[in-house]
Amino acid sequence: MYSKKVIKYFMHPKNVGEIKNPDAKATEGSLACGDMITIYLKIDSKTHVITDIKFKSYGCAANIATTSVMTEMVKGKTIQEAKKLEFKDITKALGGLPPMKIHCSILAIDGLKTAIRNYEERHGLAKPEDLNESILRSRLRKVIDPKVGKDIVTAGIVQNVTIKNGAVRLLLKLPEDHEFRDNILEEIDERIGHIPGVKKLNIEFIKQ
Amino acid sequence: MSRVIYLDNAETTKIDPEVLKVVDKYSSEVYGLPSATEYGEALGMQIRKDIEQAKETIAKAINAEPEEIVFTSDEVENDNLAVKGVCFANPKKMHIITSKIERKSLLDIFRSLEAIGCFKTTYLDVDKEGFVSPEDVEKAITDKTVLVALHHVNHEIGTIQDIERIGETCKRRNVIFYVDATQSFLKVPVNVKKMGIDILSISADKIHGPKGVAALCVRNGLKLQRLFEGGESKDIVRPGYTNTPGVMGFAKAVKIYNKKANERMKKMRDYLIDELLKINDTHLNGPDGDKRVCNNVNITFKYVEGEALLLYLSLKGIVATTGSACFSSTLKPSHVIMALGSRHEDAHGSLRLTLSKFNTGNEMKETVKSIREVVGRLREISPLG
Repeated sequence: MYSKKVIKYFMHPKNVGEIKNPDAKATEGSLACGDMITIYLKIDSKTHVITDIKFKSYGCAANIATTSVMTEMVKGKTIQEAKKLEFKDITKALGGLPPMKIHCSILAIDGLKTAIRNYEERHGLAKPEDLNESILRSRLRKVIDPKVGKDIVTAGIVQNVTIKNGAVRLLLKLPEDHEFRDNILEEIDERIGHIPGVKKLNIEFIKQ
Repeated sequence: MSRVIYLDNAETTKIDPEVLKVVDKYSSEVYGLPSATEYGEALGMQIRKDIEQAKETIAKAINAEPEEIVFTSDEVENDNLAVKGVCFANPKKMHIITSKIERKSLLDIFRSLEAIGCFKTTYLDVDKEGFVSPEDVEKAITDKTVLVALHHVNHEIGTIQDIERIGETCKRRNVIFYVDATQSFLKVPVNVKKMGIDILSISADKIHGPKGVAALCVRNGLKLQRLFEGGESKDIVRPGYTNTPGVMGFAKAVKIYNKKANERMKKMRDYLIDELLKINDTHLNGPDGDKRVCNNVNITFKYVEGEALLLYLSLKGIVATTGSACFSSTLKPSHVIMALGSRHEDAHGSLRLTLSKFNTGNEMKETVKSIREVVGRLREISPLG
């Protein structure tokens, strides 16, 4: 059963909503799992302090409560401090979670970290990784095709990934009339378009 | 506990006070056991007669013979005894036909039989409303098929299957037909002779009877391998002591069941469906009208996750259930809703409300109000839509 604190946060979540023109944004989770959060950050460009954070959630009570408490815990902290937050800190702050719901606190941390990484990559703060195909593929595995509820690598949408002199070429099997085509392309850009070292992103399609 | 609006009657129901009186009587006054008393004492003599009477009452409700009624503990035991009992009694035929939307506990039995290595199961697809096609059953039957096992009414979406046509097929093709009627019994006409049913499963706790008592109706002449030993006669399919208070309570629940309650439930069902579908981005799972059981409502609210929905409702005293993965112990979405060709989020956002004769019109109004409120709130938080 849920703790009183989880119920309290579920009934009265803090920091719910969107930030217009956020400095960073990330969506984690998937429709298929029934667990999905979007995190919006406002970050002071000089001090790197998180001045504002908001979230939206599609998920169970634990999903809403963990994300809400996470936003409270990192607001006012620098991104370096925020990155040190662990899922255990969240479950502790909520007076524990049922074992089946621990993954919700992990999702809240993932969402935060991805948003911070997006910020760092865009502001030249991230150490450039040795860019290779497997890094790109692992990022693409976070893009979900809502139609089948699978990531686009597993779902066979990503047919080929190559990288040459910083130019990434993706070959996709994604029909023009695919219901979520635009969402998927947007997500791909969000996930890999800003990785340091990616100079160009070319997306090609297999003709059906 | 404070006031509760109980809308999970497909799971179990509240016992009727009249039934409770009978359970009490057979626990504290007529507490003998029938098996001990071939020539015996007064309590035993009375209970033997009463149990025969109970069998008659239940048999009459499904057009069966009293001696065809076998008392058991619950629907899970019924499934095991029916399926394994048939398969083990007919070891030369190894093929079973069922559908993808049966109760999970029944499907688990097929998986365990397959694991033994010699049994094969065909899992029939259903259409968008959850109907098994009688033609598909016919096509799936081979000379190895021993059993067709299907439910009459689906527990999640209320679809009423065309049992009579499938029963006719099974009879013609000489295949044993097992029907789980736990959700339909007394709500939809069940006639084992007319419908060609060989084995039928019914349970007391779905009709305001006591928990822990159910019955299989096994057609005269059909041989089942029994699953446990004990008791002298080898003819007894289900050895063990009779749950006499339960059995007598079961019969009482059947006797006092008023079919007018079905009409009332149908009105409340249609009210809920009409009102809830007025909320944007919703759809009904399962058929509407006469092909849906009178007490089942199952609606998907898009962009909303069912566990959060349920928790909110339960804080308001409303008890229901969902097909969401987040609510299941396996973290998998409802296999029933997925089998309709739906998306994952259709299962995650589904809410099942099942009615009983104890529900009231005011409760329905309050339920609609609370659901509107919570769906609105959760959609405000949701990044979707």
